[in-house]
Amino acid sequence: MIHAQNLVKTFGDITAVGGIDFDVRPGEIFAFLGPNGAGKTTTIQMLTTLLRPTSGSITLDGLDPAIRPLDARRRFGIVFQDPSLDHELTAYENMDLHGVLYHVPRRVRVERIQSLLTRFELWDRRDSRVKTFSGGMKRRLEIARAFLHTPKILFLDEPTLGLDPQSRNQLWTHVRHLNETERVTVFLTTHYMDEAERVAHRIAVIDHGRIVAQGSPQELKQQTGTESLEQAFLALTGTSIRDESANSADQMRQVARMWRR
Amino acid sequence: MEVIYALWLREVKRYLRSRPQILASLGQPLMYLLVLGFGLGPVFEKAGQGNYLQFVAPGVVGMSILFSSIFSGVGLLWDRQFGFLKETLVAPVPRIHIMIGRTLGGATTALIQGMLVLTVCLIAGFRPDDFGGTLLGLLFMALIAIVFAALGTIIGSGLKDMQGFQLVMNFLVMPIFFLSGALYPLSNLPGALTVATRLDPLSYGVDGLRGAFIGQSHFGMAVDIAVLGVLAACFMALGARAFSRIQA
Repeated sequence: MIHAQNLVKTFGDITAVGGIDFDVRPGEIFAFLGPNGAGKTTTIQMLTTLLRPTSGSITLDGLDPAIRPLDARRRFGIVFQDPSLDHELTAYENMDLHGVLYHVPRRVRVERIQSLLTRFELWDRRDSRVKTFSGGMKRRLEIARAFLHTPKILFLDEPTLGLDPQSRNQLWTHVRHLNETERVTVFLTTHYMDEAERVAHRIAVIDHGRIVAQGSPQELKQQTGTESLEQAFLALTGTSIRDESANSADQMRQVARMWRR
Repeated sequence: MEVIYALWLREVKRYLRSRPQILASLGQPLMYLLVLGFGLGPVFEKAGQGNYLQFVAPGVVGMSILFSSIFSGVGLLWDRQFGFLKETLVAPVPRIHIMIGRTLGGATTALIQGMLVLTVCLIAGFRPDDFGGTLLGLLFMALIAIVFAALGTIIGSGLKDMQGFQLVMNFLVMPIFFLSGALYPLSNLPGALTVATRLDPLSYGVDGLRGAFIGQSHFGMAVDIAVLGVLAACFMALGARAFSRIQA
């Protein structure tokens, strides 16, 4: 379903992703794990046509997104690391605008918005502005939105960042349910190893822009001779702490946090 | 078409829902209008130029449209880093549709803002010549809004952070305002200033507004319409180009 071959992305002399290969099978939940700055988000941005790869090739459902970006985009839904909702619009308006952007016919749109908002327990709050929502509600709304155009692939970039255990648990239950009922292929990144272990069929560990291990959670543990995925992860990527320098986006985020209080 | 309309509607909804901001952005034009309008009035009258409030009101309307349309473009910066922009960038829609919807939405909100300021001017004692002129004035207001909303999109597509925004304000937007003849007549200026005012797009907007509202045009309204029309087309094209190059 997703196929990446020798994928490279460099920014000036910094190599963010240094030649990675992987294959995600249809209907699979595939987790991409790695420390900060390992290249997870850059990879997702290349897969979702937001960044052009420096070299290498990508196929999404048999399509090359570099050549046919619009067709490729119709096939996936994405939940970004940062919220991408319009806070001034209501939950329903956010959904509806997404439906228009993805050319979902009006009648289908109305039905699917109702069923998705109901499933994600947001239907009662459909006419509230998103800025009044809690972090968990916003995440649920984003995932509901990503499903609106019945994508074949769902990208989740650290979807549970900053959520409480209840919301995290509920979110993964929904994702698994949709994976089973709609046969959606899921490509996710997370920092929480227990989540990856529980949800993912297969895992790739990326570090310094390269894939250092790939396989089912079971295989990774066997490979490293460890008992939990967390230990396996540390064995693979070492225990040193990665410092990312704050870029302008992080600074903006801080300003935004101040303003949103 | 549906996509352009949806994104246009989004901008307008966001504007109408931010009432405190609408009120706040009326403050600055009000200051110019009342403080300068009445403060410089006696001097202006002694210099034989007539009523300063009549003269400055079109300039203040032009200024408010300039500011709000540039801001709407710079809103891209906000949307870009952590907001809604990515959602539109991964949508299976040509970027140019997104850009047109956003820019026209920004121009529409700037036009509404301009009409609010015009209303305030009318309350303060500004009197346009006649009703036909007022309609023509609305056309100029729309042109100014489109020109600068497109310029805002060009700027917003290139900006990375808020510091850049400060630069743009101080070295682009404020000079555009001060060189436009919004506050003073364009005739009999020193040579360098004459050249600078002629290069300023807003000069033609304010001049057109003055021509339409009070029948005083320096360049002639046909020239004003032509210049603004050509600039609107150029800036829209450049804005579309800049917008299509945005990478996450």
